[in-house]
Amino acid sequence: MNMKIEVVRCEVGADGIALLTIDYPGKSMNVIDQAFMDSLQGCIDRVRDDPAIKGAVVTSGKEAFVAGADLMAMEQNLDRTADDPLPVLFEKYGSLSRVFRNLETCGKPVVAAINGTAMGGGFELALACHRRVLADTPAAVVGLPEVKLGLLPGAGGTQRLPRLIGIQAAMPYLMEGRHASPEQALKAGLVHELAPPAELIARARRWLLETPTAVQPWDEKGFRFPGGNALDPRVAPAFVVGNTMLQASTQQNLPAPQAIQSCLYEGSLLPLEKALRVETKYLMTVACGPVSRGMIRTLFVSKGKAEKGLHRPAGLPPLQSRKLGMIGAGMMGGGIALVAAQRGVEVVLIDRDQAAAERGKAYAEKALGKQVERGRMAADERDAILARIRPTADYELLRDADMVVEAVFEDRAVKAEVTRRLDAVLPEDCVLATNTSALPITLLAQATTRPGRFIGLHFFSPADKMPLVEVIRGKATSDATLARALDFVGQLKKTPIVVNDARGFFTSRFIGAFVDDSIGMVAEGINPALIENCARQAGMPVGPLAITDELSIELAVHAGESQAQTFPDSYRPGRSVPVLRRLFELGRMGRKIGKGFYDYGESGKTLWPGLADLYPPATVQPDPHDLKQRVLYVQAVEAARAMEEGVLLSPADGDLGSILGVGYPAYTGGPFCFIDGVGVPAFVAEADRLGDLFGEHLRPPQLLRDMAAHGETFYGATARRVM
Amino acid sequence: MDAFIFDHVRTPRARGKADGSLHEVTPVWLASRPLAALAERNQFDTAAVEEVVMGCVSPVGEQGGNIARMAVLAAGWDQAVPGISVDRACGSGLEAVAIAAGKVMSGQADLAVGAGVESMSRVPMGSSGGAWAQDPAMSARTRFVMQGISADLLASLYGQARHDLDAYAAASHRRAARAWSEGRFARSVVPVKDFVGLTLIERDETIRPETTVESLAALKPAFTEMGQKYGYDSVALQRYPQLPRIEHVHHAGNSSGIVDGAGAVLLGNPAAAAKHGLKPRARIRSFAAIGSEPTLMLDGPAAAARRALGRAGMKPADVDLWELNEAFSTVVLTFMSVMGVAHDRINVNGGAIAMGHPLGASGAMILGTVLDELERTNQATALVSLCVAAGMGTAMVIERV
Repeated sequence: MNMKIEVVRCEVGADGIALLTIDYPGKSMNVIDQAFMDSLQGCIDRVRDDPAIKGAVVTSGKEAFVAGADLMAMEQNLDRTADDPLPVLFEKYGSLSRVFRNLETCGKPVVAAINGTAMGGGFELALACHRRVLADTPAAVVGLPEVKLGLLPGAGGTQRLPRLIGIQAAMPYLMEGRHASPEQALKAGLVHELAPPAELIARARRWLLETPTAVQPWDEKGFRFPGGNALDPRVAPAFVVGNTMLQASTQQNLPAPQAIQSCLYEGSLLPLEKALRVETKYLMTVACGPVSRGMIRTLFVSKGKAEKGLHRPAGLPPLQSRKLGMIGAGMMGGGIALVAAQRGVEVVLIDRDQAAAERGKAYAEKALGKQVERGRMAADERDAILARIRPTADYELLRDADMVVEAVFEDRAVKAEVTRRLDAVLPEDCVLATNTSALPITLLAQATTRPGRFIGLHFFSPADKMPLVEVIRGKATSDATLARALDFVGQLKKTPIVVNDARGFFTSRFIGAFVDDSIGMVAEGINPALIENCARQAGMPVGPLAITDELSIELAVHAGESQAQTFPDSYRPGRSVPVLRRLFELGRMGRKIGKGFYDYGESGKTLWPGLADLYPPATVQPDPHDLKQRVLYVQAVEAARAMEEGVLLSPADGDLGSILGVGYPAYTGGPFCFIDGVGVPAFVAEADRLGDLFGEHLRPPQLLRDMAAHGETFYGATARRVM
Repeated sequence: MDAFIFDHVRTPRARGKADGSLHEVTPVWLASRPLAALAERNQFDTAAVEEVVMGCVSPVGEQGGNIARMAVLAAGWDQAVPGISVDRACGSGLEAVAIAAGKVMSGQADLAVGAGVESMSRVPMGSSGGAWAQDPAMSARTRFVMQGISADLLASLYGQARHDLDAYAAASHRRAARAWSEGRFARSVVPVKDFVGLTLIERDETIRPETTVESLAALKPAFTEMGQKYGYDSVALQRYPQLPRIEHVHHAGNSSGIVDGAGAVLLGNPAAAAKHGLKPRARIRSFAAIGSEPTLMLDGPAAAARRALGRAGMKPADVDLWELNEAFSTVVLTFMSVMGVAHDRINVNGGAIAMGHPLGASGAMILGTVLDELERTNQATALVSLCVAAGMGTAMVIERV
């Protein structure tokens, strides 16, 4: 461990300027870890102590400046650090902050020559320099995205940024993790100047030689907080009202933005040294909690792995699709066609007649038109994208397609008919993907003569916005087809998860468990307002009754009937079925006709009072805490069942699918991170308690009981072995 | 030892705005007027007063630095009289009386004053800031909402209709107007003169006798935008998820008015009565304060009242008259339904909806109001209570002697 890695090179020029080049050996990106800190501190010592050095320029030897903390390495240690004694934790989480503080107080002027993207700790390093020169190139984006992973910029970011540009201006960068382009960064005062990349170092040197200062504004005597500190009447409303708006938007489920808000408030009332200590304490609290652990694991580590081909069969060359056949020009087909065209794929958009196909293209026209209107896209770029979408009714145009996605009506016979027509024209190696949310792929594959080339790609609506694609492997799907489908998803810049074939796959079955259970609550006599509020407060984006209205009660009833017909042996009516049927029979079809669980009027929606007559609320209502637990647990238990049954290949797929696809709250990190975060034995005990309270469907499956008994987890050093 | 109430005075309440009649006098001047009036009316040697406790809710700026001591000196009282300022938000004025009474009852003072002041026109509500709303950690921990949202929340929980809240408010104006026209406040209210002797105000200036349920119906709810746009409703529902929504039913007409004013109560033990020739009007039987759920905030009076009644060994039925600060209509309607109090036994001469709520002074004012009414109607006991910010309540039981 004593081996020193030279992460930062120090070269002193004849002019007395030290050039500190961050160039992590063996890595494509500079990341921050212990070796980085040791190396940088060594350079700081030299700059401080060597009388020949007048000042220093910090830059990077990579394309990007510094990408931030090494989250991959961090993820490995997430479960361990939390057990360290408090003083050790405080020391550890403050270490980078102290190095940066040493840099800005080394007595010599230091300039950050930011040659490329500077994120998180990378931008915090720049903030600790006395001057920031940013390369004027679109690639050089700066920002503090920590909050998106449940963390906070804990190396001075929450303190230096507001001292630089004011609390209110700093808030979006810190609380939302907003990035800034070079132009925006200059305008906002995040950097002092922009320079052409080739002149970057020279500009930094010139400042060091001509007008240097080695003292940060906040270390000057008489420093005044720009715009005022947290108690200033100009700023106070940002806390009084801002605190509440934050709680309204997070439902108090996200500790990080809350901690950042406190860093801003408390820190602004302190001198920097003390403020940095407070920041370190808040960093500790968020970094040691289950929320950041889950968010880092799923939204960074697992997402990265999935996009890099976690389940892609090895040894097959990557293929780029050139021509996509998109069958079905509804909202889904139109959306997929749009994304593919945006990524440079030629799209043949097919529907039963020309007019229907044109309507699908209109979806793209409208979406892109809006972007042009808002100045986010040039008109000729729009035209080029639209030119790649060819609406038609003619299957013959697919003779040279390399990829086909079918998104016609969710009905076995309709899909079978399309499949037969496609088999007649598609070239041998063209993959046929069916977009279905629930029908088993193996069943649908019975219609094709090329079952090896058949696969499920479950897109989410609206397809041009939703980031997830659930890839379903049928029994006969070949490795090459899976690889090809994953390449296609990657080409669309979407995140894939891969699951095995079963009714509802993973995501539909997962969200279904929540909606079914919640509607079942109505029949139990649970106050509908309580159901809706508890679901939202648990972190679900929309209440289950409202979402059922949106998706249509009529459709839900029909889908149930069709399932019952298709799977007479395995179909089990859910707890929601009797409730949905009663509403359906009363003509309450959902949002579309203004009547469902809610009444819809001009002033918004109100819960239908008649529901209380159909299902009179029980005199004793459940504790809201128990109901929120029920919302989270009923889904987590379902995910564990899907794992037990082998539908899921890894916890990462379940966690990604639940958050990116069907709105399981991001703060949990997904059901498996959630179970780990609670602790498997504690989760089992709580699920049993909820089972006692609310019914057997909340009981944990045997898998979890076994894991609890064996001390296994889904992630980390004690992770159960999969496959 | 008994703590007697010897006398009580208050100023008229003036609109708490730049056009209000008391805006042109300093808060310390305003605070000193009831003290000066007490001394003048009762002719005691002010040096004998061993404590002046003064409620003030925004004790900053002109009202800062312990306004009680400055008010003592501004009143021309002997320099030997100490002063202490207290802040229990809207309960401050009553709390000041309770603390002064506590000193008397424990034998640590023979003669004392409980008082209160608030110049809301000059030191606006909220001027003193504080951790509750501003500190992100405390705002989150307490699920802070603005008081108006709490009022709407309380009304929503009790299912109170806008019409009923407005009807209560209209009655407040009617009652206050009648009380003035019949001279029921004559004993307590002293006109305020400025330092050259010009009279600035003789009567409460926010009463609108013509107010009716119908005229109030035209007013738009005051807290809808705050609740919906700035997240307060959502935060309130995090505490009370059983509600489908917060019904916004309060407005300027069924909420207490923003006014300037001050009041003071002269207290002492039997020895002081004898020594200074003061006639006891009532005895303080008990007082109590409680803490309650901070988001709902405004339902504390019932629990405070029960605790105070318990200390006095009394039941609600033993109380002849009730006086509860009319912070919002819902506060009184809720109290009435929870405690089983009839409308004709509570706030019989109107309250803060009609006459205004000078935050730190109100408790010291309404105590005197109900004492006057006990005497006028020859009844014996009264309970005074106020709801208090951040979820508290304070109450005091008095009995005529």
